[in-house]
Amino acid sequence: MVQKQFKVTAETGIHARPATMLVQAASKFDSEIHLEYKEKKVNLKSIMGVMSLGVGQGADITIIADGSDEQDALNSLEETLKKEGLAE
Amino acid sequence: MSFLNGIAASSGIAIAKAYRLVEPDLSFDKKTVENADQEVERFQSALAESKGELEVIRDNANKDLGADKAAIFDAHLLVLSDPELISPIEDKIKTDKVNAESALKETADMFIAMFEQMDNEYMKERAADIRDVTKRVLSHLLGVQIANPSMIAEEVIIIAEDLTPSDTAQLNRQFVKGFTTDIGGRTSHSAIMARSMEIPAVVGTKESTKQIKNGDLVIVDGLKGLVHINPTPEAVVEYKEEHRKLEEQKAEWAKLVNEKSVSADGHHVELAANIGTPKDLKGVVENGGEGIGLYRTEFLYMGRDQLPTEEEQFESYKAVLEGMSGKPVVVRTLDIGGDKELPYLNLPKEMNPFLGFRAIRLCLEEQDMFRTQLRALLRASTYGNLKIMFPMIATLDEFRQGKAILEEEKQKLISEGTEVAGNIEIGIMVEIPSTAVMAEQFAKEVDFFSVGTNDLIQYTMAADRMNERVSYLYQPYNPAILRLVKMVIDAAHKEGKWAGMCGEMAGDETAIPLLLGLGLDEFSMSATSILKARSQISQLNKKDMEALAEKALHMNTAEEVVQAVKDATKL
Repeated sequence: MVQKQFKVTAETGIHARPATMLVQAASKFDSEIHLEYKEKKVNLKSIMGVMSLGVGQGADITIIADGSDEQDALNSLEETLKKEGLAE
Repeated sequence: MSFLNGIAASSGIAIAKAYRLVEPDLSFDKKTVENADQEVERFQSALAESKGELEVIRDNANKDLGADKAAIFDAHLLVLSDPELISPIEDKIKTDKVNAESALKETADMFIAMFEQMDNEYMKERAADIRDVTKRVLSHLLGVQIANPSMIAEEVIIIAEDLTPSDTAQLNRQFVKGFTTDIGGRTSHSAIMARSMEIPAVVGTKESTKQIKNGDLVIVDGLKGLVHINPTPEAVVEYKEEHRKLEEQKAEWAKLVNEKSVSADGHHVELAANIGTPKDLKGVVENGGEGIGLYRTEFLYMGRDQLPTEEEQFESYKAVLEGMSGKPVVVRTLDIGGDKELPYLNLPKEMNPFLGFRAIRLCLEEQDMFRTQLRALLRASTYGNLKIMFPMIATLDEFRQGKAILEEEKQKLISEGTEVAGNIEIGIMVEIPSTAVMAEQFAKEVDFFSVGTNDLIQYTMAADRMNERVSYLYQPYNPAILRLVKMVIDAAHKEGKWAGMCGEMAGDETAIPLLLGLGLDEFSMSATSILKARSQISQLNKKDMEALAEKALHMNTAEEVVQAVKDATKL
């Protein structure tokens, strides 16, 4: 299992398009991937789960990947977050 | 054959097959199933069909409307692949041995309820997304066709209860030949859209969706406000002939495309167009518009989930200014509120939205949003002849505040080294009676007026223009309205300023003679009305119209005024 913490910098938080992009990125991997925010943990392959968190600007989030391709998954998600200017 | 009466919302004649854009019947019974595996398979194939459909819709949207609008369908596709939604449904089928329809509905309803309970407007809208995709899957399970306006691939006439901005955004202009709706009036969104799409429309028929079936042959007569259902072959021939004559007349008017708009006795007025997006420019140029009298910027803000950036706005304003190559472009700053909502602003619902927190009132409060728009406008100002107009001004103080903010942003840009045009006129919409009455004082400070008649009439007559039961009070020719318009024009001229009009009335053939007589300088209308108006004005004598207008001001009723115009102009 690997995990990493990020701080959300996007003004709109993780809504709509950012959420769509993250879920699309996560769905490419076999590992189980979760997003944790304020002690709530949701499946990062679930668009409804991610949106239900209501992650806003400044939030501390943790991405946890567990499975055969866990490190690749985490790297890819980190890249998506940074490339889209969502979090650092 | 039968026919329906409605309101002629957009002129022209269309003959095509009906395409119903209505809510389908998706009712079903909860049942137990013998073979759960087979039921799961049935569910999966309905899912697959729904995804296939959504992919086509997304690709069409991407092509026709841009990536921004297509993104919503990407989100819908993800909902259909969401393990947190799909697994519980499959589990339910297997363990409870229920049919796929009820497993889907019950699970989706749980999520819908969850999103609806959130106290965030944006989240609440997600409930609508889930409802939308659930409907699509249900329709495949039940073998019921749901309307997919963006997938239309033959000439059709749209039949709907009403058309929302998002419905019309999905319509393919190539195939949609006309439409008819149950509700709405001349100034409702669907009517305005029809005119900007240049397709015939009859609205407010009350019964279109009840009487017309998919595939019925329909004639939309946007001149008389009639809808014929399965007409006789003779009627079709007659209408085809009328359609041909209309096209001929259009060809005749088209010769005026490069002419100036001049009355028979040599008085020049400006005929400009109302637009919503840079896409409408083509129609303006083709119809010989002498400028843009109203650029409604709110479309930049609608149908999305966050505010447009300064850069996005700048690109749109620049495109319009460049597209008009130096001709005047009046841009109205954000006019949101009333019947136009922006869910992502999270504004509370109001009892009287038309009298509430909207337009300039909202902008003076939400200054960040307002300043972003003004900066984008100022930066674009060097690409053409920009004029900025504030909507819904009720007091001089509001105008002064708006102008001060504009001035601040201008100074900031200049000190940052950005070039800004030096001669930007700043004017106001006159929609509120207090402003019309105070026009003399306003005229000393504003550079121009533009009368917004749709709102001015509803506020003067105290009649909600969305309420059909009081629609008889929508009286553009009422002497009360004419007198207010006269006050505005006279006040402007006294200070050497110009007065325009950008409401429906400016393109109305009965109003044009009166407005010409009252001395209106600029008439801004749907692009499609310009050539007809130019032809009409060329046959009118301004001196005679002055006398007609003077008489009209002293008449007692709107009916008397209409009769007088008819007598004087042989309309």
